[in-house]
Amino acid sequence: MRSLRRFAARLANLVTGRRHDQRLLEEMEQHLALQTAENLRAGMPSSEAHRQAALKFGAIGAIRERHREEQSLPFFENLLFDLRYAARMLLRTPGFSLTAIVILALGVGATTAIYTVIDATLLHPLPYPNPSELVRVEDNLPGVGAQHVGISVPEWRDLASSGIFQSVAIAGQGANVNLTGASQPLRLSFKQVTPSYFAVLGVGAQLGRTFNPRDNTPGYNLEVVVSDGLWRREFGADPHIIGKALLLDNDQYQVVGVMPRGFRDQGSTSDEQNVDLWLGAGFAGVPFAPPSRSYRHQSRIVIGRLNPGLSVPAAQARLNALVESLKKQYPADYPVQTAWAVRLIPLSETVVGGIRQLLFLLFGAVALVLLISCVNVANLLLAKASVRAREIAVRQALGAQRRRLIRQLLTEVLLLFLLGGIAGFAVLFSTQHYLVRLIPPSLPHENDIAIGWGVLAFALAVSGAAGVIFGLAPAWLMSRVDLIGTLRQEGRGSSGSRERSHLRHLLVVSELALSLVLMVAACLLLRSFWHLFQVQPGFNPERVMAVQTWLPGPNDPTTDPYQTPAQESVLLREILRRCRTLPGVEDVAIGDEAALPLGHSSPARLPLLREGIETMDNQAPVIDSPTVSPEYFPLLGMPLLRGSLFTDRDRDDTPQVAVINQAAARTYWPNQDPLGKRVRLRLDTRGLAGPATPVWTTIIGVIADARTESLADAAIPLIYRSSYQHAAKDLAIFLRGHLDPSALPAQVRQQVQAIDPTLPVFHAQTLREILSDSLSVRRFSMELVAFFAATALLLAGLGIYGTISYIVSEQRRDIAIRLALGAQRGKILNMVLRRGLVLAAAGAGIGLVGALLVARLMAGLLFGVSPADLPTFAAVTLVLTAVTLAASYIPALRAMRVDPITTLHSQ
Amino acid sequence: MQTSEDKSRDLFPGALEMMILESLRRQPAHGYALVQHIQQRSNNLLQVEEGSLYPALQRLLKAKLVKSEWTTSPSTSRRVRVYEITKAGLRHLEREVSRFERMLEGIQMVLGPARSTQNS
Repeated sequence: MRSLRRFAARLANLVTGRRHDQRLLEEMEQHLALQTAENLRAGMPSSEAHRQAALKFGAIGAIRERHREEQSLPFFENLLFDLRYAARMLLRTPGFSLTAIVILALGVGATTAIYTVIDATLLHPLPYPNPSELVRVEDNLPGVGAQHVGISVPEWRDLASSGIFQSVAIAGQGANVNLTGASQPLRLSFKQVTPSYFAVLGVGAQLGRTFNPRDNTPGYNLEVVVSDGLWRREFGADPHIIGKALLLDNDQYQVVGVMPRGFRDQGSTSDEQNVDLWLGAGFAGVPFAPPSRSYRHQSRIVIGRLNPGLSVPAAQARLNALVESLKKQYPADYPVQTAWAVRLIPLSETVVGGIRQLLFLLFGAVALVLLISCVNVANLLLAKASVRAREIAVRQALGAQRRRLIRQLLTEVLLLFLLGGIAGFAVLFSTQHYLVRLIPPSLPHENDIAIGWGVLAFALAVSGAAGVIFGLAPAWLMSRVDLIGTLRQEGRGSSGSRERSHLRHLLVVSELALSLVLMVAACLLLRSFWHLFQVQPGFNPERVMAVQTWLPGPNDPTTDPYQTPAQESVLLREILRRCRTLPGVEDVAIGDEAALPLGHSSPARLPLLREGIETMDNQAPVIDSPTVSPEYFPLLGMPLLRGSLFTDRDRDDTPQVAVINQAAARTYWPNQDPLGKRVRLRLDTRGLAGPATPVWTTIIGVIADARTESLADAAIPLIYRSSYQHAAKDLAIFLRGHLDPSALPAQVRQQVQAIDPTLPVFHAQTLREILSDSLSVRRFSMELVAFFAATALLLAGLGIYGTISYIVSEQRRDIAIRLALGAQRGKILNMVLRRGLVLAAAGAGIGLVGALLVARLMAGLLFGVSPADLPTFAAVTLVLTAVTLAASYIPALRAMRVDPITTLHSQ
Repeated sequence: MQTSEDKSRDLFPGALEMMILESLRRQPAHGYALVQHIQQRSNNLLQVEEGSLYPALQRLLKAKLVKSEWTTSPSTSRRVRVYEITKAGLRHLEREVSRFERMLEGIQMVLGPARSTQNS
């Protein structure tokens, strides 16, 4: 307590110190005057009287100093003094200060920008209370190599009553629904969720309520919760919306609640997170199939909130026991060979799992840039050290303590770094709206990336830490001055300079090594991207546009005008006929969303039951299954390898047929002829699944593999079925010809709505656009890393330039003597260039080792290029050497042009 | 370096303060008068360093053992700072003096027999 009071008093003195000091000075002067008067009285001459008085009194300055030290906080006072001095020093060399601040702003700004993304995704992935309790429940059948097979309703009930979870919910992944009744039918994204969904997330409504978790309605409970966005956009934030009816897919739902602003649904893409509507459903009654252990809800996910205090591994152990007992209880539903297993994954993993590696890569890259910029500034500081050696020597000669000097120099460096950090943050802050737009929308949590106090704190912490780390060595070396030598020779040949030049070389070499690592990483990413861009997709995206529509799927199938394939094919044929008449259109085809190459987020996966091999859904592998019209393959230029394609004569009442790709043939019928083989695909659509008795589908053709699922992966098994035999709600219309992308969507809408005015038409895109969107995350990371690498190269070039310039100016005299003794100017040029080359070689050597390690780590992000790709490494090394040579050339020229006479005269 | 030298000039910690307080107890004085007074009272045995006096005065001011006032000296008509002992200062002085006496007694008792053994 007392020390606290003393501290406060001293702090107050810090402010009033000056006045206090003034008074003490006056008092002491009076003392001296009295002493002088006394001495005069004793008979001394006046000058002697004053001198004796002063001698007796001692050093006024020292007394004041001592007094001040006792009365104040020397630390803060020194700090203030140092800061003032540092500011003056920075202002005295504005060129140097500005360069350093810009370099640091670049490094800190870039690091902070990436940190912002990481903060929003990796560090705070789940905006819900107690996020560590949230898990995703995943059903797998490792015995047949099937993943994410979905849960059955009885299993869900088992989980809910297991005592492991507070609550468990099934959620359909984002899908479409038509809102009709307004002037234009609207297509909205919705999730069908069990009423326990919001209880799991732990979020309530801002208006009205969410679903009642104890609601046991088997089918849809006809309640809807709307998002804040939709409420504002479509309903003008109507405060009386609760209780109003919405016509969704021709069914009437009652609005029960509005979610709060900023509520973000769980999921890994912004499509999944920005849901407009939530519909409550039990997944166990019409329009869903009756509950059965063998009926798994594919393409739906299960999330749960663990009981408080239960860790994920502990919960997993209890769940495993539950699974084992269920297997014993229902042996028919869980055949041994499928090895049914249920896995718990922390929900945060599922949100960020896919992009973690990418973000680490970006953060690593940006950390290297920061490192390089710090090294560069440290280098600049060292260069400045030699200029300031005299000043420091003078101060030391006047009695400045070494510790005090280091502190003062460190303050200067810290001020520089903090200014750089603040500048970087300021640039980031003022450009954030522009920067956020650069982030591809498929990166999760794009909406939450915000620049606030936490980010400022991060920027300051990073620049402060960097300042201490990179400022200490220069400050230390600067303070180690050979006093006499420096004062005599004006800083030339002082003992510190050798150490300084060693350190400078070390810094430049590490800079070169770091930038080589970054450049190799950037080049590997660039080549991967280029390969992907150049890869033959196996289909022809040129001059093709896709436009989507959505057929309503009412809960009562009998009211569905497009219930059966026969009914729907009338619509499809009419759409095709009308679209063919549009200007410029040459070919038209239709498919479901899964048929949209690279454009669908959640593939519809169905169990594939091969005749004579699998007998139950539970045993079957799952396969992606698009439905397409006969024109689809020719329109996209996908060649038929064997058998035949669909025709217009395929109908509901003709035998069911399917076309598979080569990958499916290889995977499921290895060394056999798949033509004529029969399979069954269990359907899981919103409508009641297919005919009552499952029918066999015969494979009639094999097409070549195309990269329609992922550009990076050519061999994903696919089984296509005819749109005329299988009704799909999510339709994509493909048009090819000389199209006008701006006019076509309206023309298609006009044609479609001429047939059925309740159908929305949306998402008109060219296949080229879809293709390029599918690469957006890769492009984003490649561009960023390339930008960082370019920055690094620039900084390294500057570093080399500075170092060689310094060496040249240091050896001016040496060079002049050589020239005076008749050395050839070309030799001098070579000598300087060789210096640069030696540094480059050392940097490249270390950098290559580092690059090999880094490339190994990022192998998962590469495509079509080996992590140890020789041409890349060679080219990067070459570029780095060229830049080093170029950067050394200017100082080398200067060295060559040294005039021996003037140089030797001036020194 | 400077500070260690300064400390060696002190008689022992607190001695200067004690003498200042004692002088001020007799009558308020300014710094110069204090130096003169202590010098005279000690028959020139003790030379008070100004370099120690002023910091000591500041310390006493801080501890509220003395108070100060700026007045005009009647003799020289200069502005001087006159120090005066406070009640707390008086109490402190009493305590310190008795402590000092006890200490002195102790020191004498230690030194006394030592001398006699040497002498005998």
